[in-house]
Amino acid sequence: MRKLFLSTIALLLLLLISCGKEKTSNEAADKAETKTEQPAETSDPMKDKGIGPVTSITLPDEIDQAMVTKGSEIFAQKCSACHKPDKRFVGPAPKGILERRTPEWIMNMILNPEEMVQKNEAAKALLAEYLSPMANQNLTEEEARAVLEYFRTLN
Amino acid sequence: MKTIFKFLTVILATVSIISCGNNGDSKKQGALTGNAAEKVYVAPGEHDEFYAFVSGGFSGQLAVYGLPSGRLFKVIPVFSVDAEKAWGFNEETKPMLNTSHGFIPWDDSHHPDISQTNGELNGRWVFINGNNTPRIAKIDLTTFETTEIIEIPNSAGNHSSSFVTENTEYVVAGTRFSVPVPQRDMPIKEYKGNFKGALSFISVSPEGAMDLKFQVLMPGFNYDLSHPGRGKSHGWFFFTTYNTEEANSLLEVNASQNDKDFIAAINWKKIEEYVNGGGGKKMPANYAHNVYNDETHSATSTMKKEVLVVDPTEVPGAVYLLPTPKSPHGCDVDPSGEYIIGSGKLAAELTAHSFTKMLDAIENKKFDGEAYGIPILNYEDVLAGAVKQPGLGPLHTEFDGQGNAYTTFFISSEVVKWKLGTWEVIDRKPTYYSVGHLMIPGGNSRKPFGKYVVAMNKITKDRYLPTGPEVTQSAQLYDITGEKMELLLDFPTVGEPHYAAGCPADLIKENSKKFFKLEENKHPYAIQTPEEAKVVRNGNEVHIYMGMIRSHFTPDNIEGIKVGDKVYFHVTNHEQDYDVPHGISMIGANTSELLIMPGQTETFVWEPKEVGVWPFYCTDFCSALHQEMQGYVRVSPRDSSIELSWSLDGE
Repeated sequence: MRKLFLSTIALLLLLLISCGKEKTSNEAADKAETKTEQPAETSDPMKDKGIGPVTSITLPDEIDQAMVTKGSEIFAQKCSACHKPDKRFVGPAPKGILERRTPEWIMNMILNPEEMVQKNEAAKALLAEYLSPMANQNLTEEEARAVLEYFRTLN
Repeated sequence: MKTIFKFLTVILATVSIISCGNNGDSKKQGALTGNAAEKVYVAPGEHDEFYAFVSGGFSGQLAVYGLPSGRLFKVIPVFSVDAEKAWGFNEETKPMLNTSHGFIPWDDSHHPDISQTNGELNGRWVFINGNNTPRIAKIDLTTFETTEIIEIPNSAGNHSSSFVTENTEYVVAGTRFSVPVPQRDMPIKEYKGNFKGALSFISVSPEGAMDLKFQVLMPGFNYDLSHPGRGKSHGWFFFTTYNTEEANSLLEVNASQNDKDFIAAINWKKIEEYVNGGGGKKMPANYAHNVYNDETHSATSTMKKEVLVVDPTEVPGAVYLLPTPKSPHGCDVDPSGEYIIGSGKLAAELTAHSFTKMLDAIENKKFDGEAYGIPILNYEDVLAGAVKQPGLGPLHTEFDGQGNAYTTFFISSEVVKWKLGTWEVIDRKPTYYSVGHLMIPGGNSRKPFGKYVVAMNKITKDRYLPTGPEVTQSAQLYDITGEKMELLLDFPTVGEPHYAAGCPADLIKENSKKFFKLEENKHPYAIQTPEEAKVVRNGNEVHIYMGMIRSHFTPDNIEGIKVGDKVYFHVTNHEQDYDVPHGISMIGANTSELLIMPGQTETFVWEPKEVGVWPFYCTDFCSALHQEMQGYVRVSPRDSSIELSWSLDGE
């Protein structure tokens, strides 16, 4: 009988434990919390390469005219709704941009605008000034490079 | 000691009630016990494992849910206009709802089925039938949009539809009502022997184009549901029939006289050969074929004038009738293709026919008479077995791929799990209440994904907060991975959920389109760049070629419009990113919102009736400056000489 008594107590304990256990599913919440590392900021815009797929680019001295033509066509189709070459519109004018920004920053702003306006200080400041977020027009890297070449002609 | 023991037992019982119970409310038990909640919980930001496409019944649409969460993602407009998607409201989609009866803004959608390759789901398209004005629609699962609708002539109450053959060679549409073919003015009471039931085979090309290839003109029964053979029975199609009495009034009594009706077995490969060899007869018809093009973002409607009909008695060996008890509804083929399950609505048992035995009976000519020249097989010769006393009012069966079948019972309100081959009942679970169809993802294919079954109920009564006399429609989700089924979840659905098709999300989600490429936009009124924006007058017709991007329209100031003009706004969304649609609304227009996807062009018409300066605006919250996304149109008197002009920011 004693054995039975003990096993009843054991059973009771087991029951308490198993029913008390409240499994919560926090995995997803944890996942959402993971942070991406903040890249080091630089106060000199001509050293700021921005955040995105383009880390380093060397511009040849000679401007590639074929690329400029292609770039200006892409600009007309995908960008001109918000940017005029030489005056402020919905967004800033690209005229003279290579004197203000690095080529990498320009291409990253075209290719990765969502992250740029969230994390890059210069891009954040632009969003604060213009309020319309830069649209991601899903250009390929090659297309963005052509647009950059076109920008080189806007002085 | 004995007392202590008794005392402890009482405590034990009490503790278990308190800690695990549900306040003794027996109605709530089941779904809340165990870890049901955890099994259906999809954490914020996570995706469901399955898509469920649930028919919208009298709403005419198809709703997309996630399983196991039961969350509603989208209502795909199919046979009814839909303000949310501008379906049937914008100029581009109006032709999709064209029929031989004119523009029909509303139908009754019933049985979705997902396209297959080798009898397995391929996740490319969903087909669904319009029941009232007979049509079959195809929904493209890259865009989740209806891209093709074909009307079915000679058909009425397009109910035994829209089921696909093993390689999506055909989507099949069977008539429910028999009617005079061709339609003519005749006394209703002369129905018997004169009306016909058309079973339509719509071919589907590898690219998905539908074409009504032939119709088999069957005796004047009612054709209720159907399914294709698969595996060994591939090449055959099976249709349940009722009203083999051919009654034309008070069917609830007069169509329930015969002890057995039939499952019609159609050897469609044989008929296909026959028509490919020039067989069949072309008869005049009039039916719409509507196609939506993702490059022009527009639909066209073509009226077809001819259909090929086949008299089954002229194709020997192509059609047989299998006696099946009492007005069968569901007609379901197991994954092996051997068993054809007939759910006799009024029968005491569930009937399983054997495909092998059917072939044997055909070969040995074991016939038991004929109906209008179609041989009737002997019931005992084709019967594989029967599930005895399974429940009341069997309707529909699907399969888990593990040798089990699941059948709904409308009258006794339950799902019953039983074993193929031994016909024994393994489990039964109540539904709340009066279940119609059920769905296991892939459960009517060669390869079911036997994890869940969704039961679609006809009555919900007290299951949800009341919403007046009309209460929500509902579905219930059961876990079927164990020996016994477990009710996990109730979830409300768009009414009425007649039938559903489910598919693993992985087969679909990777192919889902994110936006339309601007350079592929071939809409005749699209503008590739805001530079091309213009306003063109042609008599009293004015076409505005407009662009939109966060957060302005080009142009946003338009003058020179006159009272009496018919103004077409052709609006192109110049965004090229995922999930950035814009909308447009014009005061006094019959549309309130055209939701335009990135890279897409849509059109609405505005007929200004009063002089003034009238605004338009973006209707979809698109950015922080959404409230700034607006414009004006100046409307001058009919005889005004003001020229058309347009601008954005003065340019």
